Amino acid sequence: MDDRPATPLPPGEIERIFRAEYGRAVAVLVRGLGDIDLAEEAVQEAFAVAAERWPTAGLPPSPAGWLITTARNKAIDRARREATRDARQAEAALLHSPEVTTDAQEDAVPDDRLRLIFTCCHPALGEQAQVALTLRLLGGLSTGEIARAFLVGEPTMAQRLVRAKGKIRDARIPYRVPAESDLPDRLRPVLAVLYLIYNEGYLAAEGGSAREELCAEAIRLARLLAALMPDEPEVLGLLALMLLIQSRRPARFGPDGTLVLLADQDRGLWDQELIAEGQALVRRCLRRDRPGPYQIQAAVNAVHSDAATAAATDWAQILRLYDQQLALAPTPVVALHRAVALAEVAGPAAALAEVDTLATRLDGYHLLHALRADLLTRLGRRDEAAEALARALARTRNPAEREQLERRLREI
Amino acid sequence: MKKQYLLSMYQPQGPIPDAEFLAEVMAELGKIRSELQATGDWVFGQGLHQPDTSTVLRPKDGEVLVVDGPFTEGKEYLGGVTVIKAVDLDAALAWGRRYAQVTGLAIEVRPFQGEVED
Repeated sequence: MDDRPATPLPPGEIERIFRAEYGRAVAVLVRGLGDIDLAEEAVQEAFAVAAERWPTAGLPPSPAGWLITTARNKAIDRARREATRDARQAEAALLHSPEVTTDAQEDAVPDDRLRLIFTCCHPALGEQAQVALTLRLLGGLSTGEIARAFLVGEPTMAQRLVRAKGKIRDARIPYRVPAESDLPDRLRPVLAVLYLIYNEGYLAAEGGSAREELCAEAIRLARLLAALMPDEPEVLGLLALMLLIQSRRPARFGPDGTLVLLADQDRGLWDQELIAEGQALVRRCLRRDRPGPYQIQAAVNAVHSDAATAAATDWAQILRLYDQQLALAPTPVVALHRAVALAEVAGPAAALAEVDTLATRLDGYHLLHALRADLLTRLGRRDEAAEALARALARTRNPAEREQLERRLREI
Repeated sequence: MKKQYLLSMYQPQGPIPDAEFLAEVMAELGKIRSELQATGDWVFGQGLHQPDTSTVLRPKDGEVLVVDGPFTEGKEYLGGVTVIKAVDLDAALAWGRRYAQVTGLAIEVRPFQGEVED
């Protein structure tokens, strides 16, 4: 294949392939080697060879298959060099593992990434470690990229990854898709990790930053999970939720970079393709009739996406969805979101009474105070509204949110 | 090859539950132990006396001081330990979960270094 005339690679193509195939290659190699570090080293060596060869020789027919085969050979070479007992075992495992002998048929290979997701998001690992491992091993992000996205120093993030991989090895966290009976418990942290990654990016103020990239990464991973577990409605619900929120991304910030609330957004800027995909997923979930928190949140966002204007929003439908959500997960944060819908259906006074019952439990949450301010403003109680805005401001450090709250305070 | 795991049972300070409750718990613990023994995965297990029975030895300036224990004072203390063999953490956690359910106590699951024969 090296003799083929080289077709020039589009710029960034190798990086794109790296990002797309890293997780799959690592997942296959981990199974053969039983060691994450060895698998990562082998895959990185394979990518280094690719970066050198592909620009002149052109892409092989199956870049993923080529990378996996090359990484496997690198791992075998290393095992022979080191020739320790463990390495010999690993070599034997690699040579006799039929699934790793991928020619151009890597699509027929049982996908090992699902096992890797469950290992990365094992409940015995802390949430920060789960997030870092998922982005590193499945997302192919570098330690530096993850550190920048989560606003921590690179040595801190490196140490977090080393500790997490050490625990997987030493405590022998298995590399396996959980049994059906354990799936609900084990899927929960996987979905939480993906949504947390999405939200980290969503809350990032400036566009194009390492943090904003997290949204795209979370959606990519959710698409992968949905492809691997198409029968899990909460997986589809999470993907739909992210797509529908993401569809409003172009309208979320004004030309001056300030946050624009849903009611004030230019709906012509919403991404109709993402909306159509998200809504189709919501309908697919609903047909299964196994509702869960992500599906309901996705359905709420689908209702917003349906409204041509803010005034046309079907708030009664949203209120019904939050009632359902509250029955499934009776948390004060859900009750707060429900109060937003209640204000539209039953008026600001009814909603304020509801919000005030949550005030003690959610005192530290800036959105409670922001919502109170909004309701008090509508009721003409300006002094109290200003006080509530001041309390909201004291409880968030997010620059875009602060700017938006300060503007409202000036307007009162 | 299996790994050995230490299951540590943490008890809150305070009055000891009544004898009838304890007898029930002991009977349940005996069942778990029998199951572990049947598969050869039981290594060792025993309850400990109260922490005020412990003594700590502390090296200092080339000597070893004998001090009244326990090593750490806290709201919870180590009440007993069990050592089991398991293929991986999930298997060890499944046993630990049963100990937690039977005793109502927090269980810490921690791997030993190295491996052992099945």
